[in-house]
Amino acid sequence: MPRFLRTPVGAAATLLAVAFIVLAVIGPAVWGADAARVDVAAMQRGVSAQHWLGTDTLGRDVLARVLVATRTSLSLAALATLLGALGGVVLGSIPSVLPRSAGRAVSALIDLLVAFPGLLLALFLAVVFGVGAKGAVFALAAALAPGFARLTRVLAASVTGSDYVAASRQLGVRPVRLLARHVLPNVAEPLIVNTATAMGGTLLAFAGLSFLGFGVQPPSYDWGEMLNEGLSGIYLDPAAALGPGVAVVLAGVAFTLLGELGAQLTGTARAHQGLRPITARRDEAPGGADAHCALSVSGLSITFPTPRGPITPVADVGFDILPGEIVGLVGESGSGKSLTAAAIARLVPYPGTVIADGLRLAGDDLDALPAAELRGVLGRKLAVVFQDPMSALNPALRVGRQLAEVSEVHRGETRKAAWSKAVDRLGAVHIGDPARRARQYPGELSGGMRQRAVIAQGLMAEPALILADEPTTALDVTVQRRILDLLCQVRDERGAAVLLISHDLAVVAEVASRVLVMYAGRVVEELPAAELADASAHPYTRALIDTVPDLTTNRDVPLATIEGRPPSPSEMPPGCAFAPRCPRAQARCGVDRPPLVALGDARRLACWNPHPVSAKVEATAR
Amino acid sequence: MSTLRLHELTVRFGDGRRAATVVDRVSLEVPEASVVGLVGESGSGKSTLARAVAGLVPVSAGEVTIDGGTLVGRGRTRPRGPRPVQLVFQDPNSALDPRMKIGETIGEGVAAGGVRDRAARRAEVRRLLELVRLDPALASALPRHLSGGQRQRAALARGLAARPKVLIADEITSALDVSVQGAVLNLLREIQRELGVSVLIISHNLAVVRYLADSIAVMHDGRLVEVAPAGELVERPRDPYTRSLLAAVPRLGAGGPARHADDSPVAAADLG
Amino acid sequence: MNVKDRRWPGFLARRLARFAISLLLLVTAVFGMVHALPGDPVRAALGLTAPQSLVAAKRHQLGLDQSLWHQYVNFLRGAVDGNLGTSMSSGLPVTQIIGERLAATAALAGLAFLVAVAIAVPAGMAAGIRTRDGRRPRTQLAFGAVTGVATAVPDFLLGVGLVFVFAVGLKALPVAGRGGADSYVLPVLALALGPAAALARVVRVETARVLGEDYMRTARAKRLPDRLLYLRHALPNLLTATLTVSGLTLASLLAGTVLVENVFAWPGLGTELAQSVPLKDYPVVQGLALVFGAGVLLINLLIDTAVALIDPRSTIREV
Repeated sequence: MPRFLRTPVGAAATLLAVAFIVLAVIGPAVWGADAARVDVAAMQRGVSAQHWLGTDTLGRDVLARVLVATRTSLSLAALATLLGALGGVVLGSIPSVLPRSAGRAVSALIDLLVAFPGLLLALFLAVVFGVGAKGAVFALAAALAPGFARLTRVLAASVTGSDYVAASRQLGVRPVRLLARHVLPNVAEPLIVNTATAMGGTLLAFAGLSFLGFGVQPPSYDWGEMLNEGLSGIYLDPAAALGPGVAVVLAGVAFTLLGELGAQLTGTARAHQGLRPITARRDEAPGGADAHCALSVSGLSITFPTPRGPITPVADVGFDILPGEIVGLVGESGSGKSLTAAAIARLVPYPGTVIADGLRLAGDDLDALPAAELRGVLGRKLAVVFQDPMSALNPALRVGRQLAEVSEVHRGETRKAAWSKAVDRLGAVHIGDPARRARQYPGELSGGMRQRAVIAQGLMAEPALILADEPTTALDVTVQRRILDLLCQVRDERGAAVLLISHDLAVVAEVASRVLVMYAGRVVEELPAAELADASAHPYTRALIDTVPDLTTNRDVPLATIEGRPPSPSEMPPGCAFAPRCPRAQARCGVDRPPLVALGDARRLACWNPHPVSAKVEATAR
Repeated sequence: MSTLRLHELTVRFGDGRRAATVVDRVSLEVPEASVVGLVGESGSGKSTLARAVAGLVPVSAGEVTIDGGTLVGRGRTRPRGPRPVQLVFQDPNSALDPRMKIGETIGEGVAAGGVRDRAARRAEVRRLLELVRLDPALASALPRHLSGGQRQRAALARGLAARPKVLIADEITSALDVSVQGAVLNLLREIQRELGVSVLIISHNLAVVRYLADSIAVMHDGRLVEVAPAGELVERPRDPYTRSLLAAVPRLGAGGPARHADDSPVAAADLG
Repeated sequence: MNVKDRRWPGFLARRLARFAISLLLLVTAVFGMVHALPGDPVRAALGLTAPQSLVAAKRHQLGLDQSLWHQYVNFLRGAVDGNLGTSMSSGLPVTQIIGERLAATAALAGLAFLVAVAIAVPAGMAAGIRTRDGRRPRTQLAFGAVTGVATAVPDFLLGVGLVFVFAVGLKALPVAGRGGADSYVLPVLALALGPAAALARVVRVETARVLGEDYMRTARAKRLPDRLLYLRHALPNLLTATLTVSGLTLASLLAGTVLVENVFAWPGLGTELAQSVPLKDYPVVQGLALVFGAGVLLINLLIDTAVALIDPRSTIREV
């Protein structure tokens, strides 16, 4: 069953629409006689057992007339909609076949017409086409066309500009075939959906036209015409207007809903819609978090509800960062590293839940603090730098404003003082002419400059920790170098610790002193950065290093790869998560998950059969 | 000789005061059955160059020739059928028609190559899928059911279906995970050797390009600043921009935090 | 961008030029509207039984016996001068008829617009904030249902319903006509509620979109208080879409006045239009078309300018 029929709204809308269509077909046959029977003696009687909606000025049964009018109302609206859609599609396709200047003129004309509300256009076109049903249909169709034309043009442009059409063009596919095979199918779906929605609107517009007397003329009648008749007697006999009124609204709603649901269908559905976060209970003995560290995490887990049950993309993560240290957290997509960062920054997206045995930032227990205090602590002590500098700053506010408000809010500084501090920080991150830049909007800065501004923003307070989640991935390699140098400089000058998260091992190895490797939501290895290249013990770390080419990779051998894919959180295998892909896997690995064991300073390992890089490591392999 | 030759290729966007020269008089050769790498940072013009060579972007001056015939530029001949230069796009999400099955997409390339008979087309599609190490059963799948790496392979198969002389791979692994990258790059190398097709590989990742290419060209601000055999370029770069590029590449195993050499003139200015 | 930006004069000049061209097109279209009619408009207005001499005299009086080009130039000149001819049914100058009634329609439309925006923006934003990321699906459903039905009910129907409940039933407000402040309540509500619901839906969607953007995550990471988060960071980015839809809302309100005025016997341009069309009083219809059309074009001009002023990212000013 199509997805949308499963929702109550979807089912209701479809049912209604179908009911109306059936009515349109059988209405006149079943109730035609009743609707036409004139009974002068029973003029304008109110609601009664014989006439559920009363009678009109000629004693005819109103309910019957409403039911019979379905055919006229629906078919006229459908005709107008289809004509308008067709005309609009043709009109919207014209610019693409004309030479450029003519095409642009037509596009401008379409844009101009779209600005006019449909009803207004229809009203004045009714003058041209003449008062009456036929004129009203043409008028409404003409009023609908510009909207469809614009939609067609936009859709066609986005499809013809796409890579797959470009690929077909370079294959030598002829334009006509391109149109038929690629453009039309991709454009048809949104257009059809729009037609359904337009049908609802046209129904209402037609009712309006008939209500004014411009549409269906007596003795024919549709709902709008009945409303026109019923209006004059509304104070004596409201049912005569109520009947057609309700019919118009119901039909309009049904088709509009249908169109909207269709639009939702073709869009992306959110899987966790309607799922509540999982309530987490903390272990009654919180502990394991060191108060001397810039950051101390222990037992961190994150759960998300899914239609198929809860998943745990981050499980039992723990590490410490001393003041002034740069620690790297590496992993591929799906390893949980970004979620870990989000958890520390208290920014895990809804409906995720975070549980931690201990989570301390420069001594403050983040779980135990009340909300207001937590906000102040995080605002002052934590600076966050995210991946995409192009979208990290608010395009509607000046750069200086966004920096200054940190001081204003968390240090109570005045506007002036905060602004000059902002300018000072911008200079500290080597942005030239900082006073001028502070007055600019983010759109006027390059990507590298924006990332520096974000770092400067983090320096407005005195952060104990800078959380940098893939800060250089979106930047060029020369710019990346400068940003990494900047992070080191900040650490040198202010003693802030840095948690650097990246998928790029080389980047991390260059600046960090210690590296944590995550796989499938868990930390699998921790080691000094200097030993990363040659002395990593975990098979995954080794494999990861081997797969990345560097400037000295042997060109005569194929690049190393890791077969298979990391498991998704909903299909975690028993035992070690890497075992299915591990070249050193043993029988035990698929059954027992190896715990993360400390092997002396700065080394931890979760593996039953690691590479024997040192005596201590060998000792763990039992 | 199927040498692809770019001669003083220039691409300008906009006009009057707002004109920008995105590709500035680039001359480059891709010898038959060789791999040439093109590296540059964002804004260097390398992607525009790729699209210009593939005929998807109009050129303002210069030309591209292959086999003595002019592909792009003045006096170009407009042969029917697929172009001998096929471009494989960067984004696996938009490179395939979301409503066409993979088999149909590749089949379009096969049909463009002149194979009319349905059965022959199906067989050829199957052969291509195997060539790119994809399960032939995937021919009836839609792009959204495939992973990024699989989609990229399918796009590769479509490009090869037209039996091109030159394949342009524009950042084809940039959107893929590290551990998947290697597989696609290995595939590219195998295909290049098996079919003897020339490859122009474009990337911002110098290490990837050095691994695959026989010679490397470096682009900066629309201009070609250096062209040299791969090994030579990496060990003895001559242009200062090339040197700063190489110095900026982070190295694993450099032995902990390293500082970059500050003497290059490019590093001194406050850019980016 | 602010007014001091050096691109501002160029942008204004382009916009005004476009406005002028559109007006010219409008005048031409309105002129052509009447002349595209089949048959003889004068005879249609005077009736089949009118003597030929009267018809001829009327035609001469309206200038319809001149060449098409002459008529067009006269029409253009008249539009600029403010002379739009005389009504065929009442004999009054069209400009006088319009002048008497314009204020009533403008007051109605303007008030309705303000009411619609005042309801929609806060409601939409609040709904967007409460239902972001898929929170509170029942609230989203309720909001969607209420606004959905409100948009589906045509304004004239709503007017009829309101009259029935408040005027006839409760006798709290006047049934029809334009008078004191209480006579505005029902017509304005009837006109405003549908568009308010439609606007609220758009504002909710835009709010939800803006709240999911990266810069909102940055703002939350800075632990800004909610007030700053929503009013300083989110609201400016909502404005462009809200403004654009408001413009469309205002334009459709203008259209809605035609229907609502007829329900409430409001002495505005709408009731005039409803009377003139069946009477085939073409000079009046043309004049009304010009007024309504120019109104829509003016609204678009104002909205475009406002959007360019407010949205620093907007590329409209490049065009």
